[in-house]
Amino acid sequence: MTSATVQPSLAPKTSAEDIPWNPKVRQTKTVSDWITDIVIWVVLALVVVAVIYPIWFVIIASVSNQTAVNQGQVTIWPKGFNLGGYEKVFSDSRIWLGYWNTIVYSVVGTALNMLVTIPVSFALSRREFKPRRIILFLFTFTMFFSGGLIPNYLLFKQLGLLDNWLVFILPGAVSVWNVIIARSFFESSIPEELHDASQIDGLGYWGYFLKIVIPLSSAIIAVLALYYFVGHWNDFFTGLVYIRDTEKLPLQNVLRSILLANQTGITGAQSSGMDLIQQREFANQIKYGVIIVSTLPLLVLYPFLQKYFNKGVMIGAVKG
Amino acid sequence: MRGMTAGSLGTRHHPQSNTKKASTIMSASRKTAATTAAVNSDGTAAVVDNIEAAKRAPLGVKLSRHFKRYGALWLMSLPAMAFVALFAYVPMYGLRLAFYNFNPSKGLMGGTFAGLKYFNQFFKSGMFTQILTNTLRISLWTLVMGFIAPIILALLINQIGSVKIKSFVQTVTYLPHFISTVVIVTMINIFLAPNTGLLGRLFPNSNLLAEPNLFTPIYWITEVWQHMGWNCIIYLAALSSVDLALYEAAKIDGAGRLQLIRYVDIPTIMPTVGIMLIMNMGNVLNVGFEKVFLMQNSMNLSASEVISTYTYRIGILGNQFSYATAIGLFNTLVNFFFLVLANFISKKASDTSIF
Repeated sequence: MTSATVQPSLAPKTSAEDIPWNPKVRQTKTVSDWITDIVIWVVLALVVVAVIYPIWFVIIASVSNQTAVNQGQVTIWPKGFNLGGYEKVFSDSRIWLGYWNTIVYSVVGTALNMLVTIPVSFALSRREFKPRRIILFLFTFTMFFSGGLIPNYLLFKQLGLLDNWLVFILPGAVSVWNVIIARSFFESSIPEELHDASQIDGLGYWGYFLKIVIPLSSAIIAVLALYYFVGHWNDFFTGLVYIRDTEKLPLQNVLRSILLANQTGITGAQSSGMDLIQQREFANQIKYGVIIVSTLPLLVLYPFLQKYFNKGVMIGAVKG
Repeated sequence: MRGMTAGSLGTRHHPQSNTKKASTIMSASRKTAATTAAVNSDGTAAVVDNIEAAKRAPLGVKLSRHFKRYGALWLMSLPAMAFVALFAYVPMYGLRLAFYNFNPSKGLMGGTFAGLKYFNQFFKSGMFTQILTNTLRISLWTLVMGFIAPIILALLINQIGSVKIKSFVQTVTYLPHFISTVVIVTMINIFLAPNTGLLGRLFPNSNLLAEPNLFTPIYWITEVWQHMGWNCIIYLAALSSVDLALYEAAKIDGAGRLQLIRYVDIPTIMPTVGIMLIMNMGNVLNVGFEKVFLMQNSMNLSASEVISTYTYRIGILGNQFSYATAIGLFNTLVNFFFLVLANFISKKASDTSIF
C-alpha cells in the first residue's frame, strides 16, 4: 500500500512483443504454449458469442416474421421483414408515458446524485480533514447494515413519499459505493501539488474544488453519471413497492405489466377471434419490440460511453 | 497490496502518514516564528509552544478554528450526510419494530413491546426451513460461480496481446451488465419458452420455466452471463499493474504461458480476490430481489421463494409490518455475521481486510 497509485490506463501495454529482446529469454513457443494459446482463443471466442448472440437474436427477431422465428428459421439474419411489433408498441400510450416518466426521473435523479456525491467525495478525499474517517465509517457501515424493506416503507409513508415521484429521486440521492470510488479518484489522480499551488494563489477549498479539481475529473464524473443514470433507468423495485398510481410508473414497471398481460393472453381464455398460435406470435413480437425500445437508449449511448469505462472505472476503483 | 481494489476501504488507515509529515513541517516553521517573536525581559528567549497552546485552547475556540478552516468541506459533506442519516440511519432505528407490535398511528416509533415474539413466529413457521434453504442454495451458487467466472475471464483477457481485440472483448462482455432485470427475465422467458424458444425448442417435452429444480441453475447461469464481464474489470486493473520485469524474469527461468499465469498473474490478483471475497460474503443471504421476484411463477415457487420476496409478500402485500421487519433483521444479521467472519479469517490468513 506504500507504493504510488496505479493508473492502469497509463501503464505500458503488457504484450509480449513490447518486452525488449533478450538472448536469455526463450523466444520460441513450445508445444504447450501453442495449446494454451489455442485453448485461450477458443474459450474467449465462445464467451463473446455466448454474450452477444442472445442480444443479436432479440434484435433480428424483433423485425422478423414471427412464424419464422418460432419455427427456428431465424438464426443469423432477419427473415420476412416485419415491423408489426414496433407498431403495436408505439401505439401503446402507456409506453410513452412510462418513457417520459423514466426520462424525468433519470435526468433529475442523476443531476441530484452528482450534486450530492461529487462534493462529499472531494471533502472526504482531503487528508487534513480529520473528521473524514468517522464520516466515511458511518457511510460505509450502511453498505453492510441497513434497515431493510419495512422500516424504509414506513419512513417513506411518514415522509409522504409513497405514490410521490420524489421517491425515485431522494432516497437514492447518494450511493456510498460511488462516493468511495470518487473519493479514491480524487485522492490518487489529482496531484497534491495543485492544492499547494492553489493555496498560494489564495484559493479556498471551494475555489480549488470548482476551478481546478472539477475540470480535471471529467472521466470520473462521466462514469458516476453513467452508473447513476443506468441505475435510475433500470429501476423496477421502487415503482413496484412504493407507487400505486399507474400514471407515475416508470418504463420498467410498464414493460412488466405489458409483458404480464400478454402472458396471461397466452394461457387464459381466448376471447378474440385469433387462434392460439396467432395470439402467441402477436405476444412474442410485442415482447421483442418492447425489449428493444426500452434498451435502445443504452445501445445507442454505449459505444460513446464505452471509452470511459477503462479510464474512469479503473482509475477510480484501483489503488496501489 | 498492489492493485488492491475496492481498496479505499482497506487503505483507510494509511494516508495519515503523509498528513503527519506535513504537520511536522508546519509545526517546525511555526515554532521558529514563535521563538523569534517572544523574548523575555532578561534577554533570554522564552519558547512559546504554539502547538501546545493550540492543543490547550478551550473546546469552543478549537471548534471555531476547525470550522473556520474546514467549513467549506463540512458544507460539501452536509447534503450527503443528511441523506445518509435520513434514509439509512432512521430506517436502522426503525428496526426496533421487530421487537414491538406495530401500531399504525405511531408508524416507525410506536407499539407495545413484543420481545422475540416475531422471531419465534418466523423460526416456527412452516416456511422457515424452505425459504432459508432456497435463499442459501441460490445465493451460494451465484456467489461461487459469479466469483470464479470473472477471475478466469480476466486471466484469459489478459493473455490477449492485441490491444484492439482486447478492448473488443471487454466492450462486448460489459454490455449485458447494463440491461435491466425486467428485460433480462423477459429474455429468459422467451428463450426458454417450450416449443418456440431458442433453447426451449431443444427440450420438446418439458417446460424449463416451470421446473423447480432448474430455477437455481437458470438463475446463476444468467447472472454469470450478465455480470461476468463487468466484474472482471477490477481484476484486469490489478493485472495491468504487473511489473513487466517479472514476466521477463520468469521467462529466463524457463516459464511457459501457463506458468506465467500461475506464478505471476494469480499472485498479483490475490489481494483483490481477498477483498472481493469478503465483500461477497457480506451478501450471503442477499439474493437480488428483483430478479427472483420477476422469475417466480406459481409452478416454481417451492424453489424460488427467498427471504427478500417473502418479506415483500408478508410486509408490503400482507401488512404484517413487525413480522416482516423481524425477518428482514434476521437476514441482515446473518449477512453481517458472515461479513465479519470472512473479514476476520482473511485478516488472519493473508493480512487483507476491509476493516
